[in-house]
Amino acid sequence: MRYLPLTDDDRRAMLARIGAASMDDLFRDVPAEALTGVRFDDLPDHATEMAVERDLAALAARNSPAGAGPCFLGAGAYRHHVPATVDHLIQRGEFLTAYTPYQPEVSQGTLQTLYEFQTQVALITGMEVANASMYDAATGVAEAAAMASRVTRRKRVLVAGGVHPHYADTTASFLRYTDIDVEVLDPDPMGIADLIGRLNEGLACLVVQNPDFFGRLSDLSALAQACHAEGVLLVVAVAEPVSLGLVTPPGAMGADIVVAEGHALGSPLNFGGPGVGLFASRKKFVRHMPGRLAGETVDEDGRRGWVLTLSTREQHIRREKATSNICTNSGLVALAWTIHMTLLGEAGFTRLARLNHMKAVELVGLLETVPGLTVVTPTFFNEVLVRLPGQDAAGIVDALAERGILAGVPLSRFWPTYPELADGLLVCATETTERDDMEALARALTEVLA
Amino acid sequence: MTTLYYTEDHEWLAVNGETATVGITDYAQKQLGDIVFVEVPEEGKTLAKGDEAAVIESVKAASEVYAPASGTVTEGNEALADAPGTVNDDPMGDGWFFKMTLEDTGELDDLMDQEAYDAFVAGLE
Amino acid sequence: MTDRGTPTLTGNRGLRIEEPLIFEQGHPGKTGVDLPEPPDMPDRLGGLARTGPIGLPGLSEPEVVRHYTRLSQKNYAIDAGFYPLGSCTMKHNPRLNERMARLPGFADLHPFQPESTVQGALAVMHRLSDWLLGLTGMQAVALSPAAGAHGELCGMQAIRAALDARGAGERRIVLVPDSAHGTNPATAALCGFKVRGVPGDARGRVDLDAFREALDDGVAGVMLTNPNTCGLFENDIMDLATAVHEAGAYFYLDGANFNAIVGRVKIADLGVDAMHINLHKTFSTPHGGGGPGAGPTVLSAALAPFAPLPHVVADGAGYRLIEHVEGEMQPFGRMKGFHGQFGVFVRALSYVMSMGADGLRQASGDAVLNANYLLARLGETLTPSFAGPCMHEALFDDRFLKGSGVSTLDFAKAMIDEGFHPMTMYFPLVVHGAMLMEPTETESRDSLDAFCDAVLALADRARSGDAAFFTEAPRHTPRRRLDETRAARQPVLRWEPPEPAKAAE
Repeated sequence: MRYLPLTDDDRRAMLARIGAASMDDLFRDVPAEALTGVRFDDLPDHATEMAVERDLAALAARNSPAGAGPCFLGAGAYRHHVPATVDHLIQRGEFLTAYTPYQPEVSQGTLQTLYEFQTQVALITGMEVANASMYDAATGVAEAAAMASRVTRRKRVLVAGGVHPHYADTTASFLRYTDIDVEVLDPDPMGIADLIGRLNEGLACLVVQNPDFFGRLSDLSALAQACHAEGVLLVVAVAEPVSLGLVTPPGAMGADIVVAEGHALGSPLNFGGPGVGLFASRKKFVRHMPGRLAGETVDEDGRRGWVLTLSTREQHIRREKATSNICTNSGLVALAWTIHMTLLGEAGFTRLARLNHMKAVELVGLLETVPGLTVVTPTFFNEVLVRLPGQDAAGIVDALAERGILAGVPLSRFWPTYPELADGLLVCATETTERDDMEALARALTEVLA
Repeated sequence: MTTLYYTEDHEWLAVNGETATVGITDYAQKQLGDIVFVEVPEEGKTLAKGDEAAVIESVKAASEVYAPASGTVTEGNEALADAPGTVNDDPMGDGWFFKMTLEDTGELDDLMDQEAYDAFVAGLE
Repeated sequence: MTDRGTPTLTGNRGLRIEEPLIFEQGHPGKTGVDLPEPPDMPDRLGGLARTGPIGLPGLSEPEVVRHYTRLSQKNYAIDAGFYPLGSCTMKHNPRLNERMARLPGFADLHPFQPESTVQGALAVMHRLSDWLLGLTGMQAVALSPAAGAHGELCGMQAIRAALDARGAGERRIVLVPDSAHGTNPATAALCGFKVRGVPGDARGRVDLDAFREALDDGVAGVMLTNPNTCGLFENDIMDLATAVHEAGAYFYLDGANFNAIVGRVKIADLGVDAMHINLHKTFSTPHGGGGPGAGPTVLSAALAPFAPLPHVVADGAGYRLIEHVEGEMQPFGRMKGFHGQFGVFVRALSYVMSMGADGLRQASGDAVLNANYLLARLGETLTPSFAGPCMHEALFDDRFLKGSGVSTLDFAKAMIDEGFHPMTMYFPLVVHGAMLMEPTETESRDSLDAFCDAVLALADRARSGDAAFFTEAPRHTPRRRLDETRAARQPVLRWEPPEPAKAAE
């Protein structure tokens, strides 16, 4: 077995050194009834690398990759081109096979990249500080709601109808058994207009998303002011971080906590996971933040270096009083994100964002020529909601999948019991979407809807 | 006339009539090591004996300071927010945590005086 | 020869090169990614376009490659050396797993593609589920938890849901041994439970009598690690489980230490109701400097109905991904976005396929053998906290350093100078100055011997009175000991432009 270095001779010699009669002797504290006669018939025996590769490649071949044809899927997972350099660098063993940087003297590589990551996240969100990442945006929003409750000492959370349903469900689920009540509003593609009337001084936070789940971009400034007048924190989720290269960031609109899904930069889609939650807030709330934080300091020789800091917030010290039970975060995905961001830089990031937006503008222009289709979202970044009046959007998606086109994400996938949403379809374009792809979609939709 | 009292959690109270100043002892600050953060209660907060009154953190430990007696906070030591090291440097003086009015001075009878506390600490070492 | 060698003029030391932050390099106009010129059309941003620069630096591709390559060289890693961090299972990360996860048929899948286009991905999730159930004997598995602590949350929320469903929601106490991982009490608190500590006994196990004493009709469940955090098998585990169930409570097993028994013991046979499985420990997926992991959570029949969404099921025609409540299921909710850590699932499956049932059995055996070998070789000089045999990790305390002026931390820093990553220190909390060593099965005997030789030499040095050798360590690392007090008192959590640059803006 290729992963096991011990030989039978080693094992015999080691048992002798230990003074044990046999391998079984080492397991003598395990109750006999749990150890003897246990069978694992459901599993195969060990296999060669060739055999495993063949078997898994056959499973992979039963999928059709998003890049195999035109793809317009978004809804919180965006297909971007990841430079070859990113994957090369994250596969360096020193990054890939290191643990959490508990020994800072031999972890400066990880710690400095986390510090750079935190700075990049703070800059693009327009916030003062950011942590070293959460599992993903959904869990990040849940943690943000809990954090808002700690900051305000209030026990109610309101989640707007434009928030990704997975973020909303995860938040409700995460806080279900705490003393914090979560109210999730019905799905609402019409923006943030009616939210101000729902604010009151019992609320810890309002969670909104920008662009929202339906693609709509909103100016949150007035909403932020209204929140602050009631002592409510504004939590802003960003599902598509590339938007932050072109759009006024939540921090500049008055957000108190910003959570974004980072995995669109640096990582392939991976069927949705692992992701990386970008988590930023105002500096004055930092001791209420969940997760790890890298901070600058000096070593004994006075040289600059980095450590994990403010760790008394965390479970390994604070135990049941910790800000969160999170321990591992999403280090390698954060590294991939930060390398991709560094490659882009100011010029590349803003151009990438502009390119995404212009592709979407181009796509919307074409879709508006399709009879029987209405583009609902008036202001957007790279994704819009379209309606196919009288049609079941999921059926249309399946029909286009037959033609090798991934047309979009039907709203019924998230809200199967809302018939009024059954004709809704989220359609997205990124820098990977070509003019030919758009024309193929418009053509196919025209034919199927005819 | 100020009288010093101590708790088994290594807090001190300097009591003057109905009012008291509360802090942690030299023994406590030595055990915690370099103190990096202190959160003191706000003025007006009412505390029952044993309530969590303040939070104190070193690099590797966090602990709560419990109210050694019931009463109302009249002042928190705001200076500690920017200079938590004061608790290490001068725990019995400038490193005080908060001042309070006492609800029931009878509660002080359960606490230790200087001599009893010294003996208590000697027993721990 | 001097201690740290003669200082160089640049601060660089041969292969070890000082590297500034990206924000201190580059030029805003430069980029490492070429992109086409965006078409020039009226935007649809509704007046929300960004104004002013973001402040990101600009670097070309070669500069970026060099930056991160240099930074990587300041990290210790399993690829480079022995990493005996107790309770972390730093085993070899096979590169086949990486190659498999990068097959376009897995990596380039959107989570919301139609089911018909992702049958192979659902098959991966289903097969991994089947095998995790086969290895544990449990009834159901929730794949979606993103890490061990997240899996704990899954299991404890399932327990809370089960209690509510049977009208026993007033049970709010969770028993947690004093030796538990910090995540256990933190998780219990997140589920609205109160923690009641349970003391250990002189054998390093849960005190069975004290445990029975603590069980009353307010108890919702217990969270137990087995093998426990002292590296010992709880030999009363069947009695503990029986007592828990007789008291009407549920048994959560912290699966952090599953590597000691995988392929040998089915945890269902121990009376367990829920356990998370760290795919990034037992199943060899990389730790990545702190994630991503995955913490699938297996559940007993009593808890299975409450498993969170989504579920993968096989029907005659193929695989289905269930994202909404169907039939009898009563999921307590959803734990994260999309469908779980799919990229980690592929890697773990690749590992299980490579090892098979026979290989996993050999792996847990070798892991336990290696730990006992450390215990035997080091135990005569260091001070083992409890009598062996141990399971997959060996626990020592600092009695052997008494009077030497050397602490556990100093000893660990000296190990770094000798080229080894230190063991877990000061955990578990139940012994003084703990040193918890987990070698894993992927270390050779030569590697263990080299480590033991170094540790024994260090122990001799410590007891010879040369405390400075330890208190000044490490000397040979990219940085020496860092000032954590300063970092925490005046937190600097991001780079800021230097003051003159600010003024010039």
